[in-house]
Amino acid sequence: MSWINNVVPPKIRSFLITKKDTPENLWVKCPDSGQLVFHKDLENNLFVVPGSDFHMKMDARTRLATTFDEGRWDEIAVGEVLSDPLRFRDEKRYVDKLKEARTKTGLNDAVKLGSGHIDGRDAVVAVQTFDFMGGSLGMAAGEAIVTGAEHALKLKAPFILFAASGGARMHEGMFSLMQMPRTTVAVNRLKRAGLPYIVVLTNPTTGGVTASYAMLGDIHIAEPGALIGFAGPRVIEQTVREKLPEGFQRAEYLQEHGMVDMVVHRRDMRATLARLCGLLMDRRPVAAQLPAAAE
Amino acid sequence: MRLYLDFEKPVAEIEAKIEELRQVSSNEDSINISEELTRLEVKAAKALAELYAALTPWQKTQVARHPQRPHFSDYCRSLMTDFTPLAGDRAFGEDEAIVGGLGRFRGRSICLIGQEKGSDIDSRIKHNFGMARPEGYRKAVRLMELADRFDLPVVSLVDTAGAFPGIEAEERGQAEAIARSTQTCLELGVPNVAAIIGEGGSGGAIAIATANSVIMLEHSIYSVISPEGAASILWRDPARAQDAATNMKITAQDLLRFAIIDTVVAEPAGGAHRDPDAAIAAMGDAVADALHGFDGWSREQVKAARADKFLAIGRR
Repeated sequence: MSWINNVVPPKIRSFLITKKDTPENLWVKCPDSGQLVFHKDLENNLFVVPGSDFHMKMDARTRLATTFDEGRWDEIAVGEVLSDPLRFRDEKRYVDKLKEARTKTGLNDAVKLGSGHIDGRDAVVAVQTFDFMGGSLGMAAGEAIVTGAEHALKLKAPFILFAASGGARMHEGMFSLMQMPRTTVAVNRLKRAGLPYIVVLTNPTTGGVTASYAMLGDIHIAEPGALIGFAGPRVIEQTVREKLPEGFQRAEYLQEHGMVDMVVHRRDMRATLARLCGLLMDRRPVAAQLPAAAE
Repeated sequence: MRLYLDFEKPVAEIEAKIEELRQVSSNEDSINISEELTRLEVKAAKALAELYAALTPWQKTQVARHPQRPHFSDYCRSLMTDFTPLAGDRAFGEDEAIVGGLGRFRGRSICLIGQEKGSDIDSRIKHNFGMARPEGYRKAVRLMELADRFDLPVVSLVDTAGAFPGIEAEERGQAEAIARSTQTCLELGVPNVAAIIGEGGSGGAIAIATANSVIMLEHSIYSVISPEGAASILWRDPARAQDAATNMKITAQDLLRFAIIDTVVAEPAGGAHRDPDAAIAAMGDAVADALHGFDGWSREQVKAARADKFLAIGRR
């Protein structure tokens, strides 16, 4: 966890990490209500705490499996990027930090890509993992977004992104900032081709990620309670020196302020995505069905 | 009054002596004093040249933020004729952190936008120290789209510590406004040129710096996060900003080597603040050259070249 301590401001950190005062993989403490949940129950409930409805982090593979038909998907490979061009080091070398994150998560970098079917239709899904160096946007993550969009173009399929990030990867300096225009090029190509780009904002999504591809979707969905913003709460508090309003930068707050279309519970996510893809992609009329009569 | 940075102390001392001697020489005309003056002036120039030839990234950060460094308004006054500022995002308000408008640059009608930091207390407050809110970026989008419709090239002068981190800025969609501005840059069929004249701070900069050609002044900086911000996040210690500045490779020279920017423009001896007119003229020439490079290009070529340029960054 030490790198999280380094990368993530404490406000976000306390929200994300629960102290492991329970045996690993057996009981999990809900960060919201403090109740203890049996890990298996959590898994069976899409990592939403039964009762409090708190949406916990979900690993990339589970997210892909619960989004695609029958849990089946194919991995899309992402091309190589430059390795540590800055030769960045603080107390550790950046390349060593990367290695640790890879070992810990079993992922190559913060964004994983899968292709498969959702309700029988082709779809490409990108999942950003906060556990990989704070989901930070570096060259590899940016390249994954570009590759995912290109794959969607090839398949003429919708591109769905599950975003989660603390922002830029400082260890890559300006190469990180350059991912903002790079990913935007990819989004623009989808737009020009008339393919849906749906963004699901999960907890937390902030910084350079919201200031680029995560806020350029045709449709923005947020998971309940997700922290979503440009600047982190701590930075804002330090700048304006006043207390932040209740629910500030949470999914529901963003919906009130017109930044997201809907806040969707995880159990309804797949059905919502399937319906939206159908409405946007299947423009031929289907057999008329009358809406169920209102009671 | 000339303001000296900490590391300029050796020069400051010599120049103070020169000033003293000048006071004396105006009273009694003496050959000896004039010889001494010449000797000291040579010494001061040499010390200044040596200092500025080997600035550390942190020293460059200080130069880039020098309060007497020429700002947007200075460039606009010297380089533009018929400049007509345009205001407002047509949705919420007018954000003077970003100034923009139409005018003629070396005879050619263009759209000029950029951050203005201000030069005294009143103007700094008026321009919010060059830190824009969503309205500023939405105004930039509106002006870029206007320029695109009328086939006018876009020139942006980048000088910001970053976008403003405030409650209302978040409420009104700071992230979306920045993202949309970057997207608009990428959709322009007219060429755009971005000049980093001081600080290129993070998303607040890239929103108007996603350009066909990106130029940096020799001692300006361009960074994913301010050195102070990086030090505070990485090490919980803003005092380590110097280390962060070194580690993050934020200088024009480093970024040219990485092919993240296209051109570096030399500054006058001792930095742009010593001779603003010369710095502005040199930047004007570089912007004109960059724009000429796209003469005769089709809209599609301009757009594709810009997208391909950014896609190529960091690829093996």
